[in-house]
Amino acid sequence: MSAPLPKVRFRDAQIEMAHGAGGKASRRLVEGLFAPLLFSSPAEPLGDAAHFNIDGTRIAMTTDSFVVKPLRFPGGCIGELAVNGTVNDLAVSGARAEALVVTFVLEAGLPAQILEAEVRAMAKAAADAGVFIRGGDTKVVEHGKADGMYLTTAGIGRPIPELTISPGSVRPGDKVLLSGPVGDHGITILLARGELDIEADLCSDTRSVLPLVEALARAAGPAIRWMRDPTRGGVATSLNELARDCDLGVFLLEERIPVRDAVRGACELLGLDPLHIANEGQFIAVIAPEKAEMALATLHATPGGHEAAIIGEIREQPAATVLGETGYGGTRVIDMLVGDPLPRIC
Amino acid sequence: MKFVDEFRDPEVISKATGEIRRLADPSRHYRFMEVCGGHTHAIYRFGLKDLLPSNIELVHGPGCPVCVLPMGRIDDGLSIAKQENVTLTAFGDMMRVPGRDGSPLEHKARGMDVRIVYSPSDALKLAQRNPEKHVIFFAIGFETTAPSTALTLMRAKAQGIRNFSVFCNHVTILPAIRAILDSPDMRIDAFIGPGHVSTVIGCRPYEWIARNERKPIVVSGFEPVDVLQSVVMLLRQLRAGEAKVENQYKRVVPWEGNHAALKAMAEVFELRPYFEWRGMGFISQSALRLREPYAEWDAERRFSVPGVRVTDPKAAQCGEVLKGVLKPVQCKLFGNECTPERPVGALMVSSEGSCAAYYNYAHRKSETLTKVAVSA
Amino acid sequence: MCLAIPAKVVELFPDEQTRALVEVVGVRRHIDVGLLLDDPPRRGDWVLVHVGFAMSKISEAQAQEQIQTLTMLGESAAALEEVKGYGLEGSDLSISQKDTT
Repeated sequence: MSAPLPKVRFRDAQIEMAHGAGGKASRRLVEGLFAPLLFSSPAEPLGDAAHFNIDGTRIAMTTDSFVVKPLRFPGGCIGELAVNGTVNDLAVSGARAEALVVTFVLEAGLPAQILEAEVRAMAKAAADAGVFIRGGDTKVVEHGKADGMYLTTAGIGRPIPELTISPGSVRPGDKVLLSGPVGDHGITILLARGELDIEADLCSDTRSVLPLVEALARAAGPAIRWMRDPTRGGVATSLNELARDCDLGVFLLEERIPVRDAVRGACELLGLDPLHIANEGQFIAVIAPEKAEMALATLHATPGGHEAAIIGEIREQPAATVLGETGYGGTRVIDMLVGDPLPRIC
Repeated sequence: MKFVDEFRDPEVISKATGEIRRLADPSRHYRFMEVCGGHTHAIYRFGLKDLLPSNIELVHGPGCPVCVLPMGRIDDGLSIAKQENVTLTAFGDMMRVPGRDGSPLEHKARGMDVRIVYSPSDALKLAQRNPEKHVIFFAIGFETTAPSTALTLMRAKAQGIRNFSVFCNHVTILPAIRAILDSPDMRIDAFIGPGHVSTVIGCRPYEWIARNERKPIVVSGFEPVDVLQSVVMLLRQLRAGEAKVENQYKRVVPWEGNHAALKAMAEVFELRPYFEWRGMGFISQSALRLREPYAEWDAERRFSVPGVRVTDPKAAQCGEVLKGVLKPVQCKLFGNECTPERPVGALMVSSEGSCAAYYNYAHRKSETLTKVAVSA
Repeated sequence: MCLAIPAKVVELFPDEQTRALVEVVGVRRHIDVGLLLDDPPRRGDWVLVHVGFAMSKISEAQAQEQIQTLTMLGESAAALEEVKGYGLEGSDLSISQKDTT
């Protein structure tokens, strides 16, 4: 006799943009509707990828979809995001991506040239990430849907042996490591839409973080408790998820969080918080304190890791909360993203 | 960032807090009201309460233009936007404010053409580029924002752009301060005056507060150093038994205000005889509407507006929180039925609303407060 | 209402009196200076920007003076303490607290 499925707890009347923004509404949708009905272990904390056994072999699997406007932007394009996003989800779950499959949902009228450019970008990103694209599917929808194209990639990978990560292993005193500056991707996209009359020297940070994760794993493996790639919803959302999943507090020193001047400037102009902005080439790692400095040094010594920083630590109280210290004794609660990052003016 | 970093310098901050500790009379309990929502936001964002001695209480005032708008006005704006070929534009702050049938964003999800703009001139540009659509700009804000709306309307008229109109909900700050002072529940010792409104109206309009009500008022900037220095200046006045208007935000606020901005406002706007403020009832001469020469650009005159009054749910105590009578956490709905995700009133949505500020920045720091239900 | 940002004017447009290009830590944005036409900003001036409009010029001199006043607070207090140490309180040489602005 199997246990009854957890009940559906999703009460929203309709789907809003916020449900895809990566913040509270997204979480409500996944935890309240998808998990109880679809996931085989709905009570477990949701991670970036699923790890499970097939005939004694442990594999990791994940999927990610890409809905981006515009398709091309400084520093990248949807094709690159599609490859790197899935490689990164696997990497921060503690797995090395081996193979990807991709689904193209294409809008009728999309110039073939544009499609080819994206496909070439995907091929290059896959080669750079050391992953093979093994197949896929294509659908075409009417003109006016799909914003040109939507991409979905699913990836399968092998667990990185040195790593056993889970929110349950996080302890008070652990340090929080960030691989590099935040906000580059989200702000780049916002500016690339051209509605804002804002120019800045910024580009998306999209890249595979696998080399950094592997370097970290080799240097500090068992000391790494938890990792996540802060995509939609930003660093604030990822850390809130951690705080909730391990029922501990996260304490950040805001001055230590690397943010490029241009991101800071754009956020000030628009009334946005860099901690809520999506990143596509960064990850957060929680590390046992005795290995934290060494882990940081390892990242600094690895190509692409030179801007990494220790940005905070885990504390017992207040539980399930992320606090930020402003640098002159004031503290504030840093919440998960609510809704879409709607710029303030007021 | 220039003109920002210096005013967040930890050393300067600690000088200011040291002076505050020196000046504050330990036998007194001070209640200072910051009128403007931007100050409320700054206080929470920078954790300034942590830096003040416990006998200085900061009371949040009603200076949040989104928060004071009654729900009925949101519904009015949305009903105009329901017409064919109408595009509703508004600032980001308006998007999640609940109307009876949902917020503008929820209406957008159901097919209404609603867009965020960052400036009234964006809305005008949209109208220029889309002649087949009528673009409505949902104007909100105190005197800081009204001149920009005014200038935009003057341009629309000068350029003959007819597919553009403004749904005007600009309010003025002085009647709100007067209502606070007249309120029997209030005991405020001094005011931290609105910084950016004052770049337009100057400092003179506050003189009656000092003269007639004998309350010190310091027009303040928004960085930590600004707010703390303003507290220093208020304490000095109180110690000396003085009550005057002072300008802490001298680097930006001219004593006489911005003549060009006031002129633009006078050209385009006039005072409504009265206007309803959430939680404070009808206040006379407290809001702006378009003058007759601009009737064609007045959304309320071009389209019919239901003008239904919608009262807040009984349990919601938005009005008392707005007036500073209650702290956000004392409202029965705070953190339970009313959260930033599921706001009952605008104070929980607007980034300047005291409930949102408190919820987002402060309340979970204290373990003694109610645990918040996060999931649906 | 209150979100306004200090920004530096980096370009003006002779054909469009009301437009200016401003910069905030390397981010550039076009804004409207129509409210400052009585005393238009020049390149290099700093202005306060709100909803895409410049509201006021920012006085660097005032800003510096303000910071200096505050930075000196501690020094005046320290000077006061030092004088107290000389045992001169109550005499003509003691400094009144009110004079330490």
